[in-house]
Amino acid sequence: MATFFGEVLSVYSRAVEEDDDELDDENEEDEQIRREIEEKREVYIEWYPDVTQSVSSGNCTLQCSDLIIAVGPNASGFLSAYVLNTESWDAVGHVSLWNEKSRCTSRQPPLPGEPACRFYRHRDNPSVLMCQSTCYVAEDQLFQWADKVFGSLLNRGLNVMVLSDSPVAEYKTPDNLYGSAVPFLRSLKSSAFKDQALCPALEQPNILTGLPAAVLSHCQVHRIPAVLYQCYTDVIGPDTVTMETYKPALTSLSKLVKLEPCPSADALRRFAKVSEAQSNLYT
Amino acid sequence: MFVSAECTPLSFKDFILIMPAVSVGNVGQLAVDLIVSTLNMCRVGYLHTDCLIPMAGNNPYATSAENANDLSTSAEVYSSPDLKLAVLQIRSPIIQKKSKKFRKLLVSWMKTSGFSRTVVLSSSHAYQRDDQQLLGTPLRYLLTPSMQKETGDHLKEMDWKEMETVSAFPGVSDSEQRLCIPGGGVTKGLFTASCAEDIPLAIVLIFCSEGDNIPDAFTLLNHLNTWLHLVETPVSAEIQTQPKWRIPASWRLLFGSGLPPALF
Repeated sequence: MATFFGEVLSVYSRAVEEDDDELDDENEEDEQIRREIEEKREVYIEWYPDVTQSVSSGNCTLQCSDLIIAVGPNASGFLSAYVLNTESWDAVGHVSLWNEKSRCTSRQPPLPGEPACRFYRHRDNPSVLMCQSTCYVAEDQLFQWADKVFGSLLNRGLNVMVLSDSPVAEYKTPDNLYGSAVPFLRSLKSSAFKDQALCPALEQPNILTGLPAAVLSHCQVHRIPAVLYQCYTDVIGPDTVTMETYKPALTSLSKLVKLEPCPSADALRRFAKVSEAQSNLYT
Repeated sequence: MFVSAECTPLSFKDFILIMPAVSVGNVGQLAVDLIVSTLNMCRVGYLHTDCLIPMAGNNPYATSAENANDLSTSAEVYSSPDLKLAVLQIRSPIIQKKSKKFRKLLVSWMKTSGFSRTVVLSSSHAYQRDDQQLLGTPLRYLLTPSMQKETGDHLKEMDWKEMETVSAFPGVSDSEQRLCIPGGGVTKGLFTASCAEDIPLAIVLIFCSEGDNIPDAFTLLNHLNTWLHLVETPVSAEIQTQPKWRIPASWRLLFGSGLPPALF
């Protein structure tokens, strides 16, 4: 749908189809196809051998005090440029899943630059885990993603922080945003999170969907302290100004995670390149 | 899976459950929002399931700054022990392939919780009505056999209209009649399953079209209120007045953000 102001909104009909009666008497072959599709869409968490070995006695539950999940190009770019560019972070796992848009099904670690969902761990402080998600997770896989990731972590003593980004066109406010300070941060926290968030709370009727919502819902229901920082930006691709808005969010973890004072140019270039490549209009 | 918000176990024994069906214009969901907001109900649990698309936001029924920052999820249960009333609110669409699983989950939860009655608020496409449905009120009801036993002819005496069945092969033969709720989502499946499982369940629905469906939600809820008396209807001598429902804070900005002042 296009609006008066030219932005394109993804609006779908709210009309709902009636339940398909025919589903009840589907034959064995249909059922088998359905089952196979479901199996194919299963989400798997692949932990690398050095992690699984360090976990005591067979059952793979990782001890983790802080989990930082970055979803979207800007949030992941921020982690790459400001945090993960030092030598002290090791890739320890990834999520393999299949859907219409993502083909991250390999059990092998994804190649650099490939859209994926990776886990990193600090060499000196193994209880801090980072998750960087740049691949598309389908609506029916979100719940499973959160369920499986938290299922492989020891939930006692766990604190979760989610960084995500969204276009400012999706932000609803009675005032007009024209000329105001974009990009900006909004926070959302689970009931178990007792600290003060570092920025204003996300006002109703604004809501979150996608992976951040799945993670926060899981934490709310299972009483895990979690806080989310959502950045609203007016730039379509990843950009450095937007990435910088996340800086205050990580200061609360300054004892555990060291922020690089100046971002890694290499990491920034890699993220910028991805968005550049899509436009060849004037070349 | 129902998860209690408190550590203490909950009992819904002999409670009435009101829940929406995710259907045309989200009328049931809007009506449920009005009930929770008006009766100041408190959240007692979540329906945590992979059948719904995850969503998260702050408290949709916030009345002050203190209770504004309460995280809410895609399906939550509210309760009012004084009124013996429980309300399930669903805030996101059901994943299409999983509607059957969702229906089973609801039915088993209703059974284990021991609700005395369940009322499903729903809607159906106005444009798919047949000739007999075009006349008169757009509101309809349906009762499962065990609900029929409980309420008897009470609804008929109040001049409520039962949902008509339509012929399976219109124009060819009228001998085979079936229930048809186009645009009703899980409504029909839930009704058939409740009939089979002997659950006392009523469907209250309205024919409507998609758009600003807030008026439809008020119509449906005022209609329901004549039966369940959730809120007192102010009695005045001359005109029949409607009960006061409180619109929740989350209904703001239905038509988008403020306009740029430079536009004018």
